Amino acid sequence: MARFIARRLVGMVAVLFAVSLIVFVVFTVLPNTNPAQLLAGKNATPTLVKSIEDEWGFNDSLPEQYLTMMKKIFTGELTSYKPRIPVDEQIVDGIPATFSLTIGAAVIWLFFGLLLGYISALRAGSWIDRLLTGFSIAGISIPVFLIAPVFLYLFTYKFEIFPNAQYVPLSDDPGEWFMHLFLPWITLAILSIGFYNRVLRSNMLDVMNEDYVRTARAKGLSERQVMTRHVLRNSLIPIVTLFGLDFGATIAGTAIITETFYSIEGVGLYAAEAVQKFELPPIMGVAMYGAFFVVIVNAIVDIAYAYLDPRVRLGEAAS
Amino acid sequence: MSGPLLSVRDLRVGFGTEAGLVQAVDGVSFDLRPGEVLAIVGESGSGKSVTAQTLIGLTRSKNARIEGSVKLGGEELIEASDAAMRQLRGERIAMIFQDPMTSFNPVYRLGNQIVEAIRAHRRDVGKQQARARVVELFEAVGIPNPERRVDDYPHEFSGGMRQRAMIAMALALEPEVLIADEPTTALDVTIQAQILALLEELNRKRNLATILITHDLGVVAEAADRVLVMYAGKVVEEGTLDEIFYDPQHPYTWGLLGSLTRLDKPRPVRLPQISGSPPSLLALPDGCAFRPRCPHEFAKCRELPELTERLTDAPRHCDRCWLGPEEKRAKRQVEGQIGLEAPA
Repeated sequence: MARFIARRLVGMVAVLFAVSLIVFVVFTVLPNTNPAQLLAGKNATPTLVKSIEDEWGFNDSLPEQYLTMMKKIFTGELTSYKPRIPVDEQIVDGIPATFSLTIGAAVIWLFFGLLLGYISALRAGSWIDRLLTGFSIAGISIPVFLIAPVFLYLFTYKFEIFPNAQYVPLSDDPGEWFMHLFLPWITLAILSIGFYNRVLRSNMLDVMNEDYVRTARAKGLSERQVMTRHVLRNSLIPIVTLFGLDFGATIAGTAIITETFYSIEGVGLYAAEAVQKFELPPIMGVAMYGAFFVVIVNAIVDIAYAYLDPRVRLGEAAS
Repeated sequence: MSGPLLSVRDLRVGFGTEAGLVQAVDGVSFDLRPGEVLAIVGESGSGKSVTAQTLIGLTRSKNARIEGSVKLGGEELIEASDAAMRQLRGERIAMIFQDPMTSFNPVYRLGNQIVEAIRAHRRDVGKQQARARVVELFEAVGIPNPERRVDDYPHEFSGGMRQRAMIAMALALEPEVLIADEPTTALDVTIQAQILALLEELNRKRNLATILITHDLGVVAEAADRVLVMYAGKVVEEGTLDEIFYDPQHPYTWGLLGSLTRLDKPRPVRLPQISGSPPSLLALPDGCAFRPRCPHEFAKCRELPELTERLTDAPRHCDRCWLGPEEKRAKRQVEGQIGLEAPA
């Protein structure tokens, strides 16, 4: 276990380094604009631009700029350009909203994805299976930026069932928290419900052909015991990996679109605004935050994996 | 001798496929007495495994057409409800499978998988009690350190040990009939001998009626009392072990015997084989199914011979071949031993 954690920490540092480097290069080297020019405004004098450049270090060599930025990130001194607000505070402020959105959506997609997948597998080939397949493919195919406006139009504007937009903290009012997040949850979960349904169904159909399932029947277990204890249990193992990747990716990025549509002031919306304004520090901060969670979630997945499948041993698995 | 424990009459199992009905088992009949070992021998696809799995209801499905009669102690199983079959599986008829590597669920401890089997039938047995029973069983099948090994996972066992655990599981509820479907195929030869010796010992001690399914005549010679030779879903020859080995009547049986490696005879230049491959069950030749591969085919072979006693001195030694007993004895001699010469 100690070896596993050590290995994971080294891996995490490497991932964070790579992500920071790529983001830095993409947003510093590639754009054809001078950030000092943007900061100084439309009618700035060359002296003003020059002083801004000096103050922010935009004229330093790229490695120097990178190192300064990294130092600021880890000391918590990183601030956005305009207004000058510490990036870490902004991210921490956004976390409750983002986590409420992603964790809620994850619970919904896991529950319904697995439930429907189980039903599909048990009734493979029947009309229920075909119906669920149709819904799943629709769910996978419809993009979030189509679902979100349609939901908003139907359920908040036309029928006024759900309140429009924004996030109400859970501690303020749990009822409002739920009502405000309901549409975003569904929007974010629909794709994954469809996907998990398909994956679980095909895993289960594969496992049903395994020899040990025949053994389970031969020893006289009831069909339900065979299905839950042997087929479902073993089919869930690859789902855990998938969930780890998806959940990490949702926290780190997929939520951006949903947060933007529903004006949820989470980390995703913060990132989206930073990109629009070309603010490198927040982009960098959010990228590091995202990479951090992806790595953490995947480490948790590996631990869960070793627990679910005794053949996996953490020491070797991480190598 | 007591009456048969298991009596199978004209068992027919067909599966509907897109290409048509595949008649995997076509009119198989046999009796099995307590303490008897019946070997069912044949190539892949001859219907031997389907026969065995049908006995415990594992081939039941929407696409399967199962006809005939299977009686266990007088009780008809073909028409029994699914729930009744479930009760009977493991409890009265237990089964051992071919590949011990894949026949246990890899994510549960072996002991727990056997406890599960016990508690599926005996609700009143507590977990601790069932576990104690598993330790006993592990000891009985020769697994060293049973107290500790019950908590191991399948991947921590070697192949031979896993097959022993499989046998322990099959014996857990003291069944009357044990079906062993190629129990030694996936094992090393030395381990094969150990497992066969174990099965024989259990068979003797517990008066267990055993069906041994195999394609390995070496295994048959070591363990069986009676032998059923199957080809393309039909029984082509049936008799006692000695009758099948010393006076085989069907050319297919000659072929199987002839393709054994013999240590007591000079080594042939090339290991004899039955030429050709088994026919597709969707396009069987008319008459005798072995006809296309048989060097002794003649006009009459286009009619299907009955499985019947053709020898005056050996009752219950039956075969499906039109040749007369003397012709057979002459034709099966190839280079001084029983075999099947390659067709010209």
